[in-house]
Amino acid sequence: MAIAAAPDGIVDRAALRRQRIFGIFYLLLAALAAFVLASGIAPDANSTFVLKPAGSKTGLDIPNLVVPSVVTLYVVAAVCAFLGAVQLIRGFGSRWVVILGVAVTLFVFGFLTWAAVDKSMSLIGILQLTVLKGLPITFGALSGILCERSGVVNIAIEGMLLAGAFTGAVVGSGTGNIVLGFVAAGFVGAALGALLAVLTIRYRMDQIVAGTVINIFSGGITGFVYSRVLQAHRELNEPARFPQIPIPVLSDIPIIGPMFFSGNLFLYLLFILIGLIHYGLFYTRWGLRVRAVGEHPRAADTVGINVVLTRYRNVILGGIVAGVGGAYFTLGSTGSFVQDMTAGRGFIGLAAMIFGAWTPIGAFLASLVFGFADALQARLSILNIALPSEFLQMAPYLATIVVVAGLVGRVRAPAADGRPYEKE
Amino acid sequence: MTDELRAAPVPPASRLKGAARSLLVPVLAVVSALMIGAIIIVLSDLTFFQRLGADPGAALADALGSVWTAYGALVTGALGSPGTYLDAFASGDSGQIAAAFNPLSETLLAATPLIFTGLAVALGFQCGLFNIGAEGQLYLGAATATFVGFAVTGLPWYIHLPLAAAAGFAGGAIWGFIPGILKARTGAHEVIVTIMLNYTAFRLIEFILKFPGYQREGRFDPISKVTEATAWYPPLIEGLRANWGFVLGLAAALAVSWLLFRTTKGFEFRAVGFNPTAARYAGMSIAASTVMAMMISGGLAGLAGTSIVLGITRSLTSGISPGFGFDGIAIALMARSRPRGIIFAALLFGALRAGATPMQSATGIPIDLVVVVQALVIMFVAAPALVRGIYRIRVPEATGYEVFSKGWGA
Repeated sequence: MAIAAAPDGIVDRAALRRQRIFGIFYLLLAALAAFVLASGIAPDANSTFVLKPAGSKTGLDIPNLVVPSVVTLYVVAAVCAFLGAVQLIRGFGSRWVVILGVAVTLFVFGFLTWAAVDKSMSLIGILQLTVLKGLPITFGALSGILCERSGVVNIAIEGMLLAGAFTGAVVGSGTGNIVLGFVAAGFVGAALGALLAVLTIRYRMDQIVAGTVINIFSGGITGFVYSRVLQAHRELNEPARFPQIPIPVLSDIPIIGPMFFSGNLFLYLLFILIGLIHYGLFYTRWGLRVRAVGEHPRAADTVGINVVLTRYRNVILGGIVAGVGGAYFTLGSTGSFVQDMTAGRGFIGLAAMIFGAWTPIGAFLASLVFGFADALQARLSILNIALPSEFLQMAPYLATIVVVAGLVGRVRAPAADGRPYEKE
Repeated sequence: MTDELRAAPVPPASRLKGAARSLLVPVLAVVSALMIGAIIIVLSDLTFFQRLGADPGAALADALGSVWTAYGALVTGALGSPGTYLDAFASGDSGQIAAAFNPLSETLLAATPLIFTGLAVALGFQCGLFNIGAEGQLYLGAATATFVGFAVTGLPWYIHLPLAAAAGFAGGAIWGFIPGILKARTGAHEVIVTIMLNYTAFRLIEFILKFPGYQREGRFDPISKVTEATAWYPPLIEGLRANWGFVLGLAAALAVSWLLFRTTKGFEFRAVGFNPTAARYAGMSIAASTVMAMMISGGLAGLAGTSIVLGITRSLTSGISPGFGFDGIAIALMARSRPRGIIFAALLFGALRAGATPMQSATGIPIDLVVVVQALVIMFVAAPALVRGIYRIRVPEATGYEVFSKGWGA
């Protein structure tokens, strides 16, 4: 609370500390690539990356990427060491984010090279999986952004996703129409959003408590109906899935095409939502009002913005987005509902929202990073790589803690986030 | 929390009345939650709708009957049935008497971890901290206690058990220290950090459970070695599962009560929670209180972990807690963060949990019903205005809305 008013001296010190932390971090990556990963690899070994999606019908034929393993690792190490040295000596100023991205991407590539020594690894498979894993996370994060930009903390994302997944499956297979399932999931999300809004705005319940209630309730009721009804009536839990719709020209672009333009309805809906929410929040009157309500409700009220209405509307919208995103788990991905199938994705969505600094595009990129960790873990276990995958799975959570603690650069939440508003 | 800070003497008569009134919301909350639970039982029976068209009267009677059987099984599963008690005492057979008391013992057993997590969350609330990381702290405490439980051998129980329990406290305290120090040093919101630490803890436990030396020999599934019998909480009565962990829970409630309301440190905790600015002007260190409260809170959650691994399962798996940490939030809210109230709230939730399993096997109503009921209880307790609105009653202002978490837009 008092941090906001930190004098300039402290900010400089933080930047200096960040510079040092990153410098040492890049050097560590370099050392890891050169001495740990590169050791024990035969000098003439090659790593093969497959770039053509398996079973691709697009007629697109790009050759495999074959790189000499050891040389690649040394190049990665050299570049990381160079970046680290520059960072330590004079820093990169405001471009530090870009440099961080470059260094980490390079290192990850080095790591994959190590994992694929004398083997062939489907790089495109990992990238496609990254998008699929990141998709529901982004829906969750967008839901969080809509709520929190208006000043209501939404930790009920997990429960909304789960309820959406459940409704999508049951309505989708009960009516035999997956579009109805999709719509119903949105309605249930809206209902949970409305519940969150009523509890926190009308009854002024603590927002964290209200979110926890919805999470527990959603897990309980879906589990209850699953055990009581769906176990006996399996015909209520086998919906069809939305078909993949490759976009004509765009899906032929190498790598990008199979990743982003060969998905199903949910993927394209996500792009539209990201665009809409980004444009809406930052370039329209609606967005300006929402942000005003989230930052300083009293001031917003004074100039005639209806704080309560704005919050209701946004939380319900957030509920719809999360409910529809939840339907992806059943109607867009696996098919049938399983108890607790969202497995904490909603909380990763919360993390992605924070990591992306409460912006739709930032949240999408963060979701892709988290999705990549997820995808890598899934693929590495197939390749039998001896790496405790649990640590890879922890990465999103730890990264979020680092960011909220401001250990390396800080993100800032809307100022009135989590505070009930009372008219005077 | 206001009334605790000014300790004005209250005449006994109005105190009794006050106690009755403060019970009003929790009792109505539980009643309302059970009623909604009953509606869910009826609606989830698909044959009900078909028969409602044909013969509404019989359908409704049957629906009420099935609710009655389900809740009856829940109650007898949690408390035992009068008939069994009478038969057991009449027979005079000690084995049969123990069996009659088994449901009660199961309730105490289920209440034990809840007392600890309730205390953990409540202590945080009193210091203005929202610890929703009790679940993760519970697992960390369980992991350290299990380690001491199987790795240390050859000690008498009166040394081994306290050692293992202390290890559990320490494990939870370490996991509570992280959000505490981050909040104190950097202002990172404890809610975000504890959520993230919960999931970090789950992954860490999965890793530990596959670690050679921790994983049980000859097993490929994630399960720890079995702890030594000297580290187990001894049973309260031979033949029943309820154990001295429950007594430790009662002692912990007393200790927390004493800490909060009888010591300078506890006064500082409450002052920081009530008004941090005033506390700082009075010369109290917010940072020190935050770190210490989070550590003790984490330690209490860690003890909840010990009450499971040293009291029930004897070893660690990744499924030892079906959300006890989150139940702790409900319990702390229900008891309005008072240690004594927490014992009763934990007994109630323990009874629900203990009665759910017999209910499922007797009537086929899934255990998850209890989870729904608990969520509804939290909802009603945390929004007294809701109860007020439904029952058109006046609820004392002291139970008016309280905000536990300060927004994370700092």
